[in-house]
Amino acid sequence: MTRTVLPGEPLVAVRNLHVDFPSATGVTQAVRGVSFAIGREKLGIVGESGSGKSVTGRALMRLLPGSARVRADALRFGTTDILHASEAEMRALRGGRIGLILQDPKYSLNPVMTAGAQIAEALRAHTKLGRREAREAALNLLESVKIRDPRRVHDAYPHELSGGMGQRVMIAMMLAPNPELLIADEPTSALDASVQAEILSLIEEQVDSRGMALMLISHDLPLVSRFCDRVAVMYAGQVMEELPAADLHRATHGYTRGLLECLPSLEERRERLPTLRRDPSWLAPRA
Amino acid sequence: MISASDLDVRFGSNHAVRGVSFDVAEGETFGLVGESGSGKSTVLRAIAGLITEWTGRISVDGRALGRKRDRAFFRTVQMVFQDPYGSLHPRQTVDRILSEPLVVHGVPDAEARIARALEEVALPRTARFRYPHQLSGGQRQRVAIARALVADPRVLLLDEPTSALDVSVQAEVLNLLADLRAARGLTCILVSHNLAVVAHLCGRLAVMQGGRIVEVMDEAALRAGRAVHPHTQDLIRLSHELEGT
Repeated sequence: MTRTVLPGEPLVAVRNLHVDFPSATGVTQAVRGVSFAIGREKLGIVGESGSGKSVTGRALMRLLPGSARVRADALRFGTTDILHASEAEMRALRGGRIGLILQDPKYSLNPVMTAGAQIAEALRAHTKLGRREAREAALNLLESVKIRDPRRVHDAYPHELSGGMGQRVMIAMMLAPNPELLIADEPTSALDASVQAEILSLIEEQVDSRGMALMLISHDLPLVSRFCDRVAVMYAGQVMEELPAADLHRATHGYTRGLLECLPSLEERRERLPTLRRDPSWLAPRA
Repeated sequence: MISASDLDVRFGSNHAVRGVSFDVAEGETFGLVGESGSGKSTVLRAIAGLITEWTGRISVDGRALGRKRDRAFFRTVQMVFQDPYGSLHPRQTVDRILSEPLVVHGVPDAEARIARALEEVALPRTARFRYPHQLSGGQRQRVAIARALVADPRVLLLDEPTSALDVSVQAEVLNLLADLRAARGLTCILVSHNLAVVAHLCGRLAVMQGGRIVEVMDEAALRAGRAVHPHTQDLIRLSHELEGT
């Protein structure tokens, strides 16, 4: 735990991660031996619902319910061993060095606090700013996420904001303590196509200019490949294939190909959409 | 089959739909696209009778519609919503959900009809006595479609029927809708923000912005990108961008 990160070593290292959820009817294996590393780069994790992509993201922040059984050969953020870190160490990570953006700002923002107060709270929890400085910084952050009228939004409650605006507030709050890694779990699925592109461009811009790492979790393969450097495709708790985003159209795995082919296209007319045929061999444990 | 003219909807000071007119021929699938807040779902809900505060004229199958709809209307027109979890009763089994429209309309032969409806939407027979929470998202949307079709409507209103689903499940549901439409000769209106989905199912579509229809075009023009209005051009460009082409 006190080991220092060697130069060139990745920021996040996950080796052979397993997450099980025991229940009355048996054990659900949500994640089965996932390994990946993230440096200062943008990694996309793609898969259908139930593929274990969100559970993987949450395991990194140790935000899984108490019933979850997590084991791994390595689960490391910087020099912190997440499996054995104390609660105090985890508090410094969560919202401090790792930011988390969830799907729907309606649920992730506090409905009875103004947007500005929430951003200031995030700042004051992780830095030594005073009240007035935190307010100033919150306004600056709102401006940096391209909100045209930061003063109005600062004093607005979440229900007074649109979905896109709410997500911008969420991003501002997560950027507040200058995290090293941003985990965005379906950040735009609740938004319109046009707002979707704006929010993702904003995330991309902030990640690039601050030199952060990004883990973008989504079910939308083309979208992820546009905004990430690398893409890991998950199915039934395992990574089926990991490849550079630019090479997505050259994907070889049947599952990745199937996901790409079943999308309707604006380019060409197809009478029927090919449906995904799930090969039982995809479920076999991978080395 | 469906005709709307000078349709206006106001919610208090919010003028949500402004003078919308369009016609849908029998057997046609008509698309309504636009961003959220453009009024596309409101148009659909006004036709379905879920919104009563509208002005203008709406007619279905040659009959002008009033604020209140009679039973015959709901026999003709059915709707499928975006979120199948919100639109199915959580404490009713699939069997109960599917038998309700039959009871309401006094349709005989419920047993055989429910079995056929399940078969049509490719749900296993075992699903019949399950509750919605025991089904996957795709299966739930199939139940919602089966419920809409069980009493043999002629018009199907679809409000973002696949946007809550995984892409693999979306493909299955889109194929299912195309098959059912062909088999039953349904007239459909599809509301979606996804141009690729609209192009896949619809022969013609209207683009809405700020409560108005800004452009009506056919599928070929949409695919070829022959749009006149700048907002349509924006939407097409964005769709290509998100498709990664």
